[in-house]
Amino acid sequence: MSELDEKKKIDRTKVNLTEEVVIHISEMNKWFGSFHVLRDINLEVRRGERIVVCGPSGSGKSTLIRCINRLEEHQKGKIIVDGTELTTDLKNIDKIRSEVGMVFQHFNLFPHLTTLENCTLAPVWVRETPKLEAEEIAMEMLEKVKIPEQAHKFPGQLSGGQQQRVAIARSLCMKPRIMLFDEVTSALDPEMIKEVLDTMIQLAEEGMTMICVTHEMGFARQVADRVIFMDDGQIVEQNEPESFFNDPKSDRTKLFLSQILGH
Amino acid sequence: MSNIAFVRKKEIAPSPPPITEVGIIGWIKQNLFSGWWNSFLTLFCLYFLFMLAAEFFPWAWGGHWHTKSLRECLDLDPNVACFSVLTARWKQLLFGLYPAEEYWRPTLTFFLLILSIIPILFPRFIRFFWFSLIYPGLALWLLWGGSFWSVAIVYIGMSLGVASYFMLNQRLIKSSPMALLLALFLTVIFFLFISDGMADLLGDLVPLSLPFVESLKFGGFTLSLIVGVTGIVASFPIGILLALGRQSKNLPLVKMICVGFIEFIRGVPLITLLFVASVLLNYFLPPGTNFDIVLRVIIMVTLFSAAYMAEVIRGGLAGVTIGQHEASASLGLTYWQSQRLIIMPQALKISIPGIVNTFIGLFKDTTLVSIISLRDPVGLASTIRADAKWNGIYWELYIAIGLMFFIFCFGMSKYSQYLEKKLKTDN
Repeated sequence: MSELDEKKKIDRTKVNLTEEVVIHISEMNKWFGSFHVLRDINLEVRRGERIVVCGPSGSGKSTLIRCINRLEEHQKGKIIVDGTELTTDLKNIDKIRSEVGMVFQHFNLFPHLTTLENCTLAPVWVRETPKLEAEEIAMEMLEKVKIPEQAHKFPGQLSGGQQQRVAIARSLCMKPRIMLFDEVTSALDPEMIKEVLDTMIQLAEEGMTMICVTHEMGFARQVADRVIFMDDGQIVEQNEPESFFNDPKSDRTKLFLSQILGH
Repeated sequence: MSNIAFVRKKEIAPSPPPITEVGIIGWIKQNLFSGWWNSFLTLFCLYFLFMLAAEFFPWAWGGHWHTKSLRECLDLDPNVACFSVLTARWKQLLFGLYPAEEYWRPTLTFFLLILSIIPILFPRFIRFFWFSLIYPGLALWLLWGGSFWSVAIVYIGMSLGVASYFMLNQRLIKSSPMALLLALFLTVIFFLFISDGMADLLGDLVPLSLPFVESLKFGGFTLSLIVGVTGIVASFPIGILLALGRQSKNLPLVKMICVGFIEFIRGVPLITLLFVASVLLNYFLPPGTNFDIVLRVIIMVTLFSAAYMAEVIRGGLAGVTIGQHEASASLGLTYWQSQRLIIMPQALKISIPGIVNTFIGLFKDTTLVSIISLRDPVGLASTIRADAKWNGIYWELYIAIGLMFFIFCFGMSKYSQYLEKKLKTDN
């Protein structure tokens, strides 16, 4: 891992990282019952930024990104997504959810619908896109993730890697401004991890704002603008990937990196 | 240490299986005579089936169909069936005390019923769904009679309500609960002040009415079908709502009511509820109200099976993973959208066997109405035996009644198997 392949790194100059802040999290706290799972989280994400969140299991990294689209409710502090603050107002929540795409560890495709129907469902019902147009967009997205030929199959007939790529396409069909990836390769066989990561790299190259919770450190080096290390519900360290991997400052980060890069 | 290195040089092509694994002989050998114990069981079962058939077929095959009474049957040959009771009384078994000159009405209603469920059972006929919607009103009018317009006016009123909702929603007050409230208000006004006069007026202009038949005349298989089908159709949506209510996390009061209802109804025998419907309800209703007995029974049967349905569907809901809820929420679907499009289709598919089980149970439970002296087929069996001519006849009547119920229940069971196969989407 030490010989970081400079050629493979994506060309950042092509992507215009703006100063516009799309996610603004300040002093955010969350408890599960009496367990303090997220503590004083402060985070600003700019449009076009690609962030990788890593950390040991139970550190709250998944919970953090699930708070961004309100799959989990935070109890203290502020989360503002694309100018809309997350409150108990259902209208705001639905609006933010339709702007923020999410891909899950276990794909969560709708098993009773075909691949194409999985992709057109939300545009048709949430965005009220006409069906034909939604199907066109869906085919375009399926092409982008390189499985247009599976459009009329059911999720149960696809491999894990294919299912995860459909899940990415399904999110993209909503034309989201932000994409959240929650350990999307953790449930995959090694030979399928690459096809999913390739899709994500392609998205990153197009300038999508992405927050990825992942253990794929190679991906982090190649794609991320910023790596965030979390432990015990806190952000312990964040830095550009170069400095993060080569020169970690905190002892906990050093320990974590030595454990996952150790062999 | 031997050399463990190995490299395959020649591919092994697939070959057909041995003959004992395929074909009819292979099947018989494997499944019926695979060992001495298995062979013994096979022979024993065959013997048992043979004995059963040897008793039953001569009895049924040589049965009398055209005698005047049971006495006559016994005089001719006491060892064979006396199906004459069916020849003499089949109309009663089918229609109860329904006036004979109006038999065409339940018959027509029955055939229209078959037509109306086709669009629901087979999606490729969904374009005829409008017929399924108008069928309940049509059946109501055909069976009970009276003026056509008194039923039609209900449809007219409801269509006006729906139309005004869409008009208000699209043109005037865009997607707000005000549109719904206003439309509801207009509908209520229509039914309170306009509908009666309009029905009378239409009745005068186009007189279209059938002789009225009162509920106590209903009976036989017609009654079983009316109560059973209405109960099935009505208990399904109520069951879904109860199951959702019981699952609800944000509405504790709704949840409490649903749990209370389900547990109470499930904890009480259906017969008790039917007694309440037939006797006790009269004490609670204001004097002079005439609340139709068949309607009362339908309501009780519906509530009863809705409670069971709710629990069956709750089982299905539990089978849908939390990830499905999260995925549909993360796409921006609202609660009802995600229930309707994502969660329910999967939950209902899981619960098909349980749902059909409840339907079949409900359909057979309709025979319990004989307890409150409605004349369903089982009640009619006693009525027929009360006639001196047929006193003492059991087998022939109950076989016929059982067969009629079996045909319907078996049909439901077969359809559910077909549906399960059709909805299977994995390998």
